[in-house]
Amino acid sequence: MSRRIHFTVDGQSVEADDGQSIMEACDAAGIYIPRLCDAEALVPQGSCRVCVVKLNGHTVAACTQPAEDRAHIESDTHEIRSYRRDLVRMLFHEGNHLCPVCEASGQCELQAMAYRLGISQDAPYPYLQPVRPLDASHPDIALDTNRCILCGRCIRASRDVDGKHLFEYVGRGIHKRIGISAATLAETDATIDDYAFSAGVCPVGCIIRKHEGYEVPIDERRFNKQVIGSRIEAKLLDDNEEEA
Amino acid sequence: MTERTIQPGKTPGNRVLEIDPLTRVEGHGKVTIHLDADNQVSEARLHIVEFRGFERFIQGRLLWEVPVIVQRLCGICPVSHHLCAAKAMDQIVGVDQLPPTAEKMRRLMHYGQILQSNVLHFFHLASPDLLFGFDAPARQRNIFEVIKKNPELARQGVLMRQFGQEIIEATAGKKIHGTGAIPGGINKALSQETRDALLPRIDTIQAWAEGAVDLIRDYCQAHPEQIAHFANFPSNAMSLLREDGAMELYDGKLYAVDTEGQPIFSAVAPADFNQYLMEEVRSWSYMKFPFIRSLGSEQGWYRVGPLARMNTARFISTPAAQKRLLEYRHLNGGANGETNGKGMQHASLLYHWARMIEVLHCVEQIHRLLEDPDILSGELRAKGERREEGIAIIEAPRGSLFHHYRVDKNDQITYCNLIVSTTHNNSAMNRAVTEVAQRHLSGQKNITEGLLNHIEVAVRAYDPCLSCATHALGQMPLQVAMVDATGKTIQQFTRDSGHA
Ligand code: SF4
Ligand code: SF4
Repeated sequence: MSRRIHFTVDGQSVEADDGQSIMEACDAAGIYIPRLCDAEALVPQGSCRVCVVKLNGHTVAACTQPAEDRAHIESDTHEIRSYRRDLVRMLFHEGNHLCPVCEASGQCELQAMAYRLGISQDAPYPYLQPVRPLDASHPDIALDTNRCILCGRCIRASRDVDGKHLFEYVGRGIHKRIGISAATLAETDATIDDYAFSAGVCPVGCIIRKHEGYEVPIDERRFNKQVIGSRIEAKLLDDNEEEA
Repeated sequence: MTERTIQPGKTPGNRVLEIDPLTRVEGHGKVTIHLDADNQVSEARLHIVEFRGFERFIQGRLLWEVPVIVQRLCGICPVSHHLCAAKAMDQIVGVDQLPPTAEKMRRLMHYGQILQSNVLHFFHLASPDLLFGFDAPARQRNIFEVIKKNPELARQGVLMRQFGQEIIEATAGKKIHGTGAIPGGINKALSQETRDALLPRIDTIQAWAEGAVDLIRDYCQAHPEQIAHFANFPSNAMSLLREDGAMELYDGKLYAVDTEGQPIFSAVAPADFNQYLMEEVRSWSYMKFPFIRSLGSEQGWYRVGPLARMNTARFISTPAAQKRLLEYRHLNGGANGETNGKGMQHASLLYHWARMIEVLHCVEQIHRLLEDPDILSGELRAKGERREEGIAIIEAPRGSLFHHYRVDKNDQITYCNLIVSTTHNNSAMNRAVTEVAQRHLSGQKNITEGLLNHIEVAVRAYDPCLSCATHALGQMPLQVAMVDATGKTIQQFTRDSGHA
């Protein structure tokens, strides 16, 4: 039995096992910390920075940072909310996000996060408007990387769960992209039953399960029924799990 | 309010008139009136800028995205585009027969759309002209004055439209830009709760629809001169029909009849439309002029939409609307006011009457569907053998709408062509504008606002959705200019594009 530690999040006291990340501990306590690159069943990588919190005054990623005994953590403050908003807005500006026609709309974590964070207008950044060809070569799966937010969830799902290494980052900095292990998806050994292609791995509408688009009626779409994070806040732990 | 600035031309005698913009027409366009040396109108042209942005945008997209994306073409009849694209995608996914629940849900959506669109047109766009007269000043001919003068009528208009929008929401998930239809089916059945909320209201809606038909019938009967002489010209007509000749708005085969109601072609499968229709390009217009191949471009133009549907149909399959069709066909609607025997009607103003008969038909169809148990449950989607091409036709509120796509083996769109109702009506609208200009403007020295309004009223009868006809997402100005025999613009009327 591991040691129990105690800390506060925005003044609320939280108890956790020593070694748990701030995010794990908060999830268990019903405190939602926004996140995009982290998902259930995947190793956290701390890259999207949306889960930024202040640990005793220092900014850290809550998904990778272990909780500390007697720490003061700030999460839902004006300053941190504004960081998160900026990070999420930049993602909209980096890709091409036409939500009204996107099949992920209503099920998309990026869109849901924008709603949760109250983002309603354009940010003062340029729209990069990338033109990236759709890879629809595979009979069951398509990739529209214009919507990719480089969260790397597909990389970890394929590598750690499927043992396939279908995805990898290529390039650096602003040129960083998600790459696949062959010239086209059809030439890889991807199958629709891979965990990497299951609903909820890709947080946005980049990985597309063919012919399933718009099958879910608007009022039954995940985030039309509940705000992102609300299942954690209701202490249902796994925000990615559909309601029973 | 709209204002008009008049800039007199330097050369008296030879003039062109431009009207800008046509208020209360969906979208914008431009009219030029060509005068000869004697100040007589030789021709009037409705110019619409064609912009094929959508066809390009959709290239490479995935086939199931099309019914959702294509709705963005039009803020007024997105459901028609949604359903027509879905019908074309049914072809591509190899489904010729939808499961009953899917077909009925789609029909329900479609009838809701025609109901709300026709009601909007009638109460908001057309009724001011009819209640206050075409010559009334623009500040009087608008919906706000209608509400003041006849609040109960205006209220019914609003509530009928709302009912149609609720039907759309119940079937497509949203009042506008929903996602109900998917290739091969629909994404949900109607909930019992929604059905039970809609059904009790249907009798009131039907009574109001009957009242609206009475209103326009009484108007037409009380103004025989106007009906007979205002933009009244014989034309061919084209629409879908059921194979027994019943009016059919959602699906069916294509039929065309001549001015006397004799068939030109019958029971043409949508996939074969290219064998029967052609499109002509004219140097002065960006919008094409479709015509019936066997008759040639001079004789082969036709009308689509409510008036045309009344002319092609043998009957209407619902009893109340059928009764109203007979009443309509008995109007003395011939060009000289005489009964034309076969019940063919050619007066542009009768579009309004026909539109309200369709509203009644839609209400009856909605009633039937709401009482049908299939609407509540059943299989939602069918699958079939993939095909490369899909061609679909639907009767949109304004007339036949064609969607034609090709899709590659990766499910990506490689070809898209749309022919919208306003394009089908292009020749007829030009004819209507010429007719009105000749009758009302020829030889006049002073052009009054009322006279220019007659042109607007004529165009408005066709309810052209200009932004959609031109496949543009933005707006386009509409002006009226006067051109002399040498082609020089000598007078131009420009109204600020403010809102009425
Ligand atoms: S991926 Fe998400 S944010 Fe991007 S367009 Fe689709 S719904 Fe919108
Ligand atoms: S494809 Fe999806 S899961 Fe993979 S990095 Fe891009 S957004 Fe993340």
